[in-house]
Amino acid sequence: MAMMLPPIKNRQTGWRLFLMTVIGRSYPRVVGMQRELSWIFFDTFLPMLGVVAYVFVYRAIKAPEDYVGFVVVGGAMMAYWMNVLWSMSSQLYWEKETGNLALYIISPGPMMGILLGMAMGGLFATTLRALGIVILGSLFFQVHYVIVSFWQLFLVFFLTMVALYGLGMMTASLYLLLSREAYHLSNLAQEPIFLISGFYFPIKSFPAWVPFVGSIIPLTMGMDAMRQLAFASGPSLGWISVKLELIGLVVLSVLFLVSARVLLDYMERLAVREGRLTESRA
Amino acid sequence: MNSKTPNGSVAWRSFRMATWLGWKIESNWTDPFLFTVYSIVKPLAAAMILVVMYGVISQGQFGSPVFAYLFIGNAFYQYVGMVMVGVSWAIVDDREHYRTLKYLYVSPISIPFYLLGRGVSRIIITTFSVFIIMLVGVLYLKIPFDPAKIDWVLLIISVIIGIIMLAMLGLLLAGVTLRMAQYSFNIGDSVAGALYLFSGAIFPLQVLPTFLRPIGYIMPISYWLELIRRALVGGVAAAFPTFSNFSNSDLMLILIGLTIFFGFVSVWAWRKFDWQARERGLIDQTNNY
Repeated sequence: MAMMLPPIKNRQTGWRLFLMTVIGRSYPRVVGMQRELSWIFFDTFLPMLGVVAYVFVYRAIKAPEDYVGFVVVGGAMMAYWMNVLWSMSSQLYWEKETGNLALYIISPGPMMGILLGMAMGGLFATTLRALGIVILGSLFFQVHYVIVSFWQLFLVFFLTMVALYGLGMMTASLYLLLSREAYHLSNLAQEPIFLISGFYFPIKSFPAWVPFVGSIIPLTMGMDAMRQLAFASGPSLGWISVKLELIGLVVLSVLFLVSARVLLDYMERLAVREGRLTESRA
Repeated sequence: MNSKTPNGSVAWRSFRMATWLGWKIESNWTDPFLFTVYSIVKPLAAAMILVVMYGVISQGQFGSPVFAYLFIGNAFYQYVGMVMVGVSWAIVDDREHYRTLKYLYVSPISIPFYLLGRGVSRIIITTFSVFIIMLVGVLYLKIPFDPAKIDWVLLIISVIIGIIMLAMLGLLLAGVTLRMAQYSFNIGDSVAGALYLFSGAIFPLQVLPTFLRPIGYIMPISYWLELIRRALVGGVAAAFPTFSNFSNSDLMLILIGLTIFFGFVSVWAWRKFDWQARERGLIDQTNNY
């Protein structure tokens, strides 16, 4: 005889349901990702390999020491980009592959809450890894920071993360319609983005239109502003003023979060109509 | 397995069909045009990161031997990531994604030759992207590259031996991947990333701290990249102190010796890990990550 589940006494709706959904979806990322020790190692170790290799390139060509710091900060920010790419944008595609997506849609929890939970959990887990990269990289290579303003630096970082994870939430809805090409698209959005966002060098090195186009990725302005605020040579190598970059990041944050909401509704309806929520085209 | 089928025939058939399958998996997710763009943009962007880094510091002095060193090393290093990781990734792909590895094991094929065949499509794609990167280097970045001065024999022999060496390292990695069911996703990228650092692909080994240099000296990839640089830009590459005491013949002998050594190690390791994976029921183990 099937066991009866106890009746739900406090049925959650509205904001309480939204909040519970956020907490419920972020839990596996905050707690679960720390249980898999190999992931912590690889998530820190892999970007560190790139950081170390590029630091040695700068040493080989006798670059000023601040460039070593740029690479370390770029390596830490790369952890966030990889998280957004593979664990936000592609996530609904993976969920579709494993059969969870249909369960998300069926459950009373709002999809925006699920996406926000993924973002907050991912942000927490990635921050631990990014901190590891910054601390290890700074110690190994004796990076010298000259912080102009902690508050501005924190604000830039905060807005960069809001805009970045907003972008992740927005693209996650686009990935709802994708199948096998999702993997390749995410794969393609690595090196070209590292290039145009200036992960390893000041974005000012490019003609002005490149950082302008690259600014659609919040890390472009975020990293440029962080370098200006954290390194002695930063202001002279900055693309535009920190103030303008802060305004740009606010605009991107609002744009991506609103777009995520609109696109998610639209894409969900489209995916339901075209029967793509449960398809798996390996 | 059909006992009447000669082993050589099974090996060839496994290799040939896996090559065809690998090509389909790699390429048929989109139309040929997009696939071509995809195959070029990613490696070219990786090369351009180094170009910009170098250009910013040197104020655009791309004629320098240092630039030729890192540009050529980085271009040909694409083979390492694609071939070595490609062969081993077939295990992850077939076990976790397609969930066909157990069926492959019960079919009349040779698994090692099947894995090697799965890497061939990546060799073709990489050769194409390396060609494009080198073309960009010659046309736009003043790589001191004169077709009349290229040592074609040395280049072709080096590339062939290098691909065999990388495929054998891929088999070794495939064995490790097979054995490590739960942690297999990042093994390939980690090894490729570590070799990028220790093989002198983008900077001379002298730049590494002294205690790390021996790792580069025992890696065949270091000698392989040096031979390719010498074949392509001759004296420019020989100007760097790392292998300046070695002639081309010395480097070739070392590369062949290390390829044979790692080849034996790979076959031995594959057999050992393959047996352990069967014994412990890892052939069809999935973790849904």
